[in-house]
Amino acid sequence: MSSERRYTPTHEWIQSFGDASRMRVGITEFAQKEITDVVFVELPKIGKKVPQGAEVAIIESVKAAFSIYAPMGGEVVAVNGSIESNPALVNADPYGAGWLFELRIDNAAEWDSLLDEKGYQALLSSGTAGGH
Amino acid sequence: MEPTLWQKSRPGARGVFPPGVPPEIFETRCPEGLRRESPLSLPELSELDVVRHFTRLSHLNRGVDTHFYPLGSCTMKYNPKIMDRIPEIAGFRDLHPRIAPEGMQGLLESLYTLEELLGHLLGMEAVTLAPAAGAHGELTGILIARRYFESRGDRGRTEILIPDSAHGTNPASAAMGGFSVRVLPSGNDGGVDLAHLEEALSERTALVMMTVPSTLGIFEKDLLKMVAMVKASGALLYMDGANFNAFMGLLRPGDLGFDIVHINTHKTLATPHGGGGPGSGPVGVKAHLAPFLPSPRIRKEGERFSLVSPKTSIGPIRSFIGSSLVLLRALGYLQMLGAEGVRRVALYALLNANYLRARLSGTLPRTGSGLCAHEFVLSAKELGAEGLHASDLAKEILDAGYYAPTISFPLIVPEAMMIEPTETESKETLDRFAEDFRKIVERARSNPSRVKEAPRRTPVSRPDEVSAARDPVLADPASLRAL
Repeated sequence: MSSERRYTPTHEWIQSFGDASRMRVGITEFAQKEITDVVFVELPKIGKKVPQGAEVAIIESVKAAFSIYAPMGGEVVAVNGSIESNPALVNADPYGAGWLFELRIDNAAEWDSLLDEKGYQALLSSGTAGGH
Repeated sequence: MEPTLWQKSRPGARGVFPPGVPPEIFETRCPEGLRRESPLSLPELSELDVVRHFTRLSHLNRGVDTHFYPLGSCTMKYNPKIMDRIPEIAGFRDLHPRIAPEGMQGLLESLYTLEELLGHLLGMEAVTLAPAAGAHGELTGILIARRYFESRGDRGRTEILIPDSAHGTNPASAAMGGFSVRVLPSGNDGGVDLAHLEEALSERTALVMMTVPSTLGIFEKDLLKMVAMVKASGALLYMDGANFNAFMGLLRPGDLGFDIVHINTHKTLATPHGGGGPGSGPVGVKAHLAPFLPSPRIRKEGERFSLVSPKTSIGPIRSFIGSSLVLLRALGYLQMLGAEGVRRVALYALLNANYLRARLSGTLPRTGSGLCAHEFVLSAKELGAEGLHASDLAKEILDAGYYAPTISFPLIVPEAMMIEPTETESKETLDRFAEDFRKIVERARSNPSRVKEAPRRTPVSRPDEVSAARDPVLADPASLRAL
């Protein structure tokens, strides 16, 4: 059973699919649109440990390079290799086939610091959501 | 379109005939395993073919010698042509880098004079001319800060704070210098948020790196408060002075309280830009950091100049004594301008930017309010309603006969267009650009599909940037076939 999807103010999403301690991370529809055509993704190494909010991946478009931050702290346990050969997946299906990596979560309590769907939509409509 | 050198290649055509290597030398000096089995595959052309090829390419290009070039953040001003004469002065040009200091007193004196002039303009007690570029200057400054804290036995300062409006090279330099980076978010006015700074400062903070004026073309209104907060925390203050053109002769980073500052000679001091390098990124520091400057240092004793390598130095960061011929251009430019001229460069850079900013008001919304510094940032976000991006507008600007402004930077402004006219443009040029820009924005609203097709007047219209980045072909297919 998948969990609710939660968000960061820097436009990452995080969600679990079955195992609540294992979370999948990607960028939002808004982010993929802002970034425009993704041309390169630098994914973390499996086994890398990251605290909440640390830079963990880089997405490059023809516009610029964008840092991707860990929505929650943990250890990288899987990466989506298919986006390395086909970065267009990040644009085409940001919540599905365009996911970036999976984390084994250190501290479940960090979940509460994330934005829910309503909170994230409110952030987008407030207009303060600038670049990524 | 001009064909490639491969397409123009004619078998047997030659420009130069290098002396052949006598076979006996080849046999004795070149180990067998390292010899080519087949001839090197290179295009064959006469000297005149090559001259015409590159001359034609240069005519397809746009540069500051042919077009207004408001490429924000880059300071694409006109460099007086007479500066090209300086590196040709035989006494400088023909010096071998390994010559003993007694044989290059003139060069050492010139560079020493430039160090003193820059120190005076930056309000700093010591200057190094060694770094090979602006970002290299950043790294040098960061290594100096690191050595400073080490010398005090303070090993807990591992973090560098950088506002999100800073130059993008700052975080990279900090990471390369062995520090972790913490980003300070901007407030709604585009300035650094003091509450965030207060919260981020700690006994772990080694350095706070400020770009002044910021990439939004703004002098931080709370800069002096920020300086005081950083000083109180025990951290050092670094100023990215890449935008020297906005404050040269008007404002001295040392007087504001900064400990370290770098500048980029190519943006302000009439040295070559981009491929025309090499670059140079002098760094100025306060007296307490002078012992750590890279070696060798130029020392003056009486009328004699020598090179010394103090034990406290972070060591050499570049071969020999920096990009000396480029630095001589910077010295020539400063001496040509004189104190009043230096001030007027910055004043006119500020005036031109503010004039153009005012002329463009009502076209696209600007990020920030009030006066700007040497550049300003507009947002083309509202043209998203017509399906247009800042890049589309930039291509229409090319058709109007200009180089395009910087787009998509700084990242904190959606669909940013960053415009920097520089001091070397006339009012007439700025008026013409303002009128054309206004028409282009109107056209983007009334006829967006036309703007989508721009540019129509350039040799290449819209290269497929996405495919080029996703599936790069990095060699000429013809050359690959020839292998």
